[in-house]
Amino acid sequence: MSSSITMVKGHQRRGGGWALSGLAWIVGILFVLPVLWMLLTSFHSEEDAAKNPPDVAAPLTLDGYRAFFDTGPWPSILNSLTASILSTVLVLLLAFPAAYALSIRPVKKWTDVLFFFLSTKMLPVVAGLLPIYLFAQSVHFLDNIWLLIILYTSMNLPIAVWMLRSFLSEVPVEILEAASVDGASLTRTLRSVVAPVVTPGIASAALICFIFSWNELLFARVLTGTVAQTAPVFLTGFVTSQGLFLAKVCAASIVVSLPVLIAGFAAQDKLVQGLSLGAVK
Amino acid sequence: MSVDAKPDTAVKPARRAAPPGSQGTMLRKTGDWARRGPLLPALVFMIIVTQLPFVVTIVVSFMDWNAYYPDERGFAGIDNFRRVLTDANTRHAIWVTIVLTAGVVLISLVLGLLIALLLDRKFRGRGAVRTMMITPFLVVPVAAALLWKHALYNPTYGLFNGVLKWLFGENAPQPDWISNQPLWSIIFALVWQWTPFMMLILLAGLQSRPLDVIEAAGIDGANQWEIFRYMTLPHLRQYLELSALLGSIYVVQNFDAVFTITSGGLGTANLPYTIYQTFYTAHDYGRASAAGVIVVIGTIVIATLALRSVSTLFREETGR
Repeated sequence: MSSSITMVKGHQRRGGGWALSGLAWIVGILFVLPVLWMLLTSFHSEEDAAKNPPDVAAPLTLDGYRAFFDTGPWPSILNSLTASILSTVLVLLLAFPAAYALSIRPVKKWTDVLFFFLSTKMLPVVAGLLPIYLFAQSVHFLDNIWLLIILYTSMNLPIAVWMLRSFLSEVPVEILEAASVDGASLTRTLRSVVAPVVTPGIASAALICFIFSWNELLFARVLTGTVAQTAPVFLTGFVTSQGLFLAKVCAASIVVSLPVLIAGFAAQDKLVQGLSLGAVK
Repeated sequence: MSVDAKPDTAVKPARRAAPPGSQGTMLRKTGDWARRGPLLPALVFMIIVTQLPFVVTIVVSFMDWNAYYPDERGFAGIDNFRRVLTDANTRHAIWVTIVLTAGVVLISLVLGLLIALLLDRKFRGRGAVRTMMITPFLVVPVAAALLWKHALYNPTYGLFNGVLKWLFGENAPQPDWISNQPLWSIIFALVWQWTPFMMLILLAGLQSRPLDVIEAAGIDGANQWEIFRYMTLPHLRQYLELSALLGSIYVVQNFDAVFTITSGGLGTANLPYTIYQTFYTAHDYGRASAAGVIVVIGTIVIATLALRSVSTLFREETGR
């Protein structure tokens, strides 16, 4: 990659390279600035946070974070972790065999099936919300984290199927054929031929499913109450308090975003693969 | 890179000539089911969780059903549809949804393309700039909406008006951003989150260009604009389509930003928010369902067109 970029470097440098580099830096800083501002504000006292013009050099304090953790966010954070992790595991368990049946040993009309999966992503979630609510209400399944786990699984399954299929279709079928002729067991074939190609795909799918589940608000808000409340729902209920709350809200937003920020930064390339449904590798 | 259509690598292992006669047919049928087996759990799961509820939605959409008046439950015919379609609020919500989606997707697509072009060069700190660029996408959407509403847009202590005071002193104008431009406030907050998404996909597209061909074009005397117009842009087309499609899928359903920044007020309620309100606040199940059905029909029409274009994108071998 880097060598190919060097190759055209001279060619691309001609039009004032340093100016473009400077522009890239400015744009990058502009985009990250709101987050940095949120971070800085979260370490200010409420009085300093509400100053106008803002006081950048105000003394730093952990009061915002203390105030946030005093409101008892842990149950909702744990709920979010449970829903995100378990639904991601479920998604992978269901998506891998499906992707296999759409690539390596494809069913007839596999393209139709593939587009069926994608089309479910296009149907507005909100249109299915009412029946799900009524059903959950009638079987006393509201405010239950398993309801969210199931819904998040359905929300992310199409993405994972598309991604894993795209990775599995890179598995050299000739080698699979040869392995089966040689009598290699399924486990061995999976481990030695399929796994190396597909592991990065599984990692990307897991990352993206985790992020989308963690972020989800609409289902969580409608279908959970006090018991199964997730972190984003907890956040929305945060601003109702009277008086100054900006530092506290910033601290809360930072804490709730932290898992996604860490996962996303650590796996930037996986993020790209995941976002493009595996089309970009 | 697998977006590009690539030659079929499979050697058609599927259709080995079956022996003639019923035994062959039977064998093939067993084979078909062995192929379908691994697919079924996911398929059945998706049908139950995503398709069955829609069937119920269709049924409820023809019913008089308001949770506040449980005794009046009954068949309503097409009343709900008539009420939804003649309702000025719903029609406005349809318009808001279109503006919001088109605005966010187009602006972030153009910005994303420009920034991807900027980042497709080697310069000091390129990795750092890319990391800064993707940060907005990694902020939880609700948190991002809260950040824009309270820390940036707020007229008394938001950063925007703070910067105005820094620049112009005590008499600086202090606009109430959200009240003045409610829909644009939401669009900007979403553009900030979605530009990184577009940028990442387009940057990956740019980096998959066949560089030797572009080199050759440069040597043959093509200028930067010609290279961009006739080589880069056609190559990027499928990446542009992919990012626009995926962006639309998510933005058209946006609930978080509308809910957080304006609570659907000031004429910013989009369809997801309107349906949420009809069902969750007004408890008018019949009308919420009718609106849902209309949204689904609209989405199917648009999605069919979109899928047709995206299927050229993933046009890989069909007859493996």
